[in-house]
Amino acid sequence: MSTLSIKGVHSHYQGQQVLRGLDLTLAKGEIAALLGPSGCGKTTLLRAIAGLQPITEGEICINGQILSGPDRFEPSERRGIGMIFQDYALFPHLNVADNILFGVKDATKEQRKARLDEMLALVKLDGLSERFPHELSGGQQQRVSIARSLAYEPELLLLDEPFSNIDAKVRGEMMLEIRAILKQRNVSAVFVTHSKDEAFVFADKLALFKDGYIVQYGTAEELYTSPKDRYVADFLGSGNYIPASVTDAFSVETPLGKLVSTRALSQPVSYHGEILLRPQQLEITADEEGAGVIVERRFLGNVCHYQVQIAQQFYEVKSQFSQLAPGQKVDLHAQPHSLVVF
Amino acid sequence: MILGLSRSWSFLGYLIAAIITLPLVAIITQALVPDEAVFAHLLETVLPTYVANTLLLMFWVGLGALIIAIPAAWLVAKCRFPGRRVFQWALLLPLAMPAYVVAYVYTDLLDYAGPLQKLLRELFVWQSPQDYYFPEVRSLGGASLMLSLVLFPYIYLLARTTFMEQSSSLQHAARVMGCGPWQSFWHLSLPMARPALAVGVALVAMETAADFATVSYFAVPTLTTAVYDTWLEYGSLSAAAKLSAIMLLVVFSMIGFERFARRKQQLFQKQTGVNQVELYELKGMKARLASGYCSALLFFSFLLPFIILLQYAWEYFDQSWSSAFWEYSLNSLYIAAIVSVIAVFIGVILMFIRRISPRRADLLPSRFASTGYALPGTVLAIGILVPLTYLDFAVNDLYEYLGHRGPGLIFTGSVFVLIFAFCIRFSAIAIGSVESSYKRISPSLDMAAITMGLKPKALLWRVHLPLLRRGIFAGLLLVFIECMKELPAALLLRPVGFENLATYVFQFVSDEQLEHGALAAIVIVLVGLVPLIYLNHSLEQESEST
Repeated sequence: MSTLSIKGVHSHYQGQQVLRGLDLTLAKGEIAALLGPSGCGKTTLLRAIAGLQPITEGEICINGQILSGPDRFEPSERRGIGMIFQDYALFPHLNVADNILFGVKDATKEQRKARLDEMLALVKLDGLSERFPHELSGGQQQRVSIARSLAYEPELLLLDEPFSNIDAKVRGEMMLEIRAILKQRNVSAVFVTHSKDEAFVFADKLALFKDGYIVQYGTAEELYTSPKDRYVADFLGSGNYIPASVTDAFSVETPLGKLVSTRALSQPVSYHGEILLRPQQLEITADEEGAGVIVERRFLGNVCHYQVQIAQQFYEVKSQFSQLAPGQKVDLHAQPHSLVVF
Repeated sequence: MILGLSRSWSFLGYLIAAIITLPLVAIITQALVPDEAVFAHLLETVLPTYVANTLLLMFWVGLGALIIAIPAAWLVAKCRFPGRRVFQWALLLPLAMPAYVVAYVYTDLLDYAGPLQKLLRELFVWQSPQDYYFPEVRSLGGASLMLSLVLFPYIYLLARTTFMEQSSSLQHAARVMGCGPWQSFWHLSLPMARPALAVGVALVAMETAADFATVSYFAVPTLTTAVYDTWLEYGSLSAAAKLSAIMLLVVFSMIGFERFARRKQQLFQKQTGVNQVELYELKGMKARLASGYCSALLFFSFLLPFIILLQYAWEYFDQSWSSAFWEYSLNSLYIAAIVSVIAVFIGVILMFIRRISPRRADLLPSRFASTGYALPGTVLAIGILVPLTYLDFAVNDLYEYLGHRGPGLIFTGSVFVLIFAFCIRFSAIAIGSVESSYKRISPSLDMAAITMGLKPKALLWRVHLPLLRRGIFAGLLLVFIECMKELPAALLLRPVGFENLATYVFQFVSDEQLEHGALAAIVIVLVGLVPLIYLNHSLEQESEST
């Protein structure tokens, strides 16, 4: 059964339409990322789910119960939702223990103590319960805010760019740690970010936003390998677009020669369009007779980035093979994969 | 923001705002009531003089304060010279001096019987006033000078801050292009400071227009004294309201001017980046001149009057240290205490509604409620008397209708009217300090608390109040002090036989016997120093944090 289901949600903010018809469903224990550039409406959707932003059309349900709908509005305080903020929103006048237990109600003293200990152990902050937020590091504050939002066992956890204030060095580690906590407790979560890398690491599913609607919703792999359009393809990584015409159900004709897809193409035969080739899907080989020439070379450590010119077309290529120099004649081949044609 | 917030919160906000804006509405409606003899008479005879005096006074004080303040502000902001660090804060001290006390002290020093003229007469063997010319202190010019002396710190403060914030890279650029300190002052610092100076002049002009005590003591009739006399002597509330309306026109145009200048200022100061202010090192003669100027300014505006007050207090200690002094101090204290608690309560409620309400219309009550401070004390008093007198009569009529004897003037005849007036006038201060405290509370704290199940009242109690502590304390303190100092409204509204420190001191001033009330005057000055310490502290914090 789906924890969260969003149907046809529209929302206006200060006279402007910021959400225009969104659909999204989330299964129990799943983590979804709302991904997109700033100002595309992803934070607005998060707030609408929390009941902090009104919606003008559509409905938002949790476990089949309508929270926001045409003639129903459940106030935030009765939604049973946990939320983690970009600035963590820890109460500066309360210590760690009081912050964590802030949302815990109807519990005896012993139960509260047990819950606190459980949460502190979960986020590995044992012994810090008397500290105040300003006495903690950024990562520790982040963990307190996680503990606080899990302490009252919400149906759904919302995270608003929770990693943007964390140092790049520890960010990856932090994401894996929190993901493990959420998975361990089987919590469903919706997570807002503008970074595809964060979304890839943290989420099970990605919803890519553009101007207030979701362009594509699916697993990271689905979006990466079969993007619906160039917007999705470009957002998830750079690529080469090469003119192509479909010759049969599996192959296309391109300036690089005939390419064969591992999966049937959806376009009809003799369709003219463009084919997407990611830089790492191209193989580069030195060849004095080759059609291409290296225009630029950037050494990036684990890989080497080349720009190759064939006729009037430029190709971005990523290769493990770093011995080639600019001016070198080369040949390009595409590795066999499931081709993406637009 | 809490979606679906109960309408009763909005209602509460509008109710408070309505009560606070009552005097303003009363004056405007009363001013529109058809004309009567008193106002027509005033209009034919003295009103043009009153208006002219008010405008002239505003002009001269604005100009005087500007001329005094700019050099001091520039020297302190841009140059290093002996005593700079002390002058930086000490030049704010005159703000604590009531202008009428300064006026009294200088009149004592400079008039015919005073020590200066006596000395001159002895030196030059003059016999009578006909033998020489000496400017009359108790005149429009004298009043302008006195008010400039105590009000210049407004301009000094704004100008100093602006000069300090002016980007040093601009200064460097000017220097590279061959501008010396003097040229860079004329061509760069001063033109860029224009909006800030305009804000300062507008504030000074507003304070001048609202001044009652100094002009009353100097017998220079202005609109404020006219409002006072029309009510107390002619007993005409409607004529007083009409004069008040003219006064409001003057004050609100100043406020408009101030707002306009502030917007310009934001434009001018946008580009300031990291700022390491480099000071011009003054040496020798220049350094002595700079120190000399600032010392003289401090001496004449604060030290000399204060020393003379101390001397009065010493010589007349037995007269000063009276039971009346204690009684009136206590009156001031308890009224100030009650008002500061109510005003801060209003401030918290209104700003809380403003913060959590999803309805845009709820932004208005806190704005409306801040207009009280714009009303000069005399005008406010009239604005309060109009509705409360009406209410008093209504209550008494009701009693008589029911066959009882009326309870008398329960509103206008008791300290209630004073407390009510002070609350209206000073709520703006409380609102302001609560607001600045609220700005430091991240909105996500509210969202976190709400999603964790808190209802509005619990949000206020468990999250906001603990975090607003500093703002609440500052609001209590500032309102308390303003209540201790406020004179014109107290003079007009106090019940018969009731005195507080300010009216007590003013009584001595008008009776030419300040010596006997010197202790009370010193208390007022000392109380006035507290917010300056607070202001200076917060300014220093600001400069540290940037």
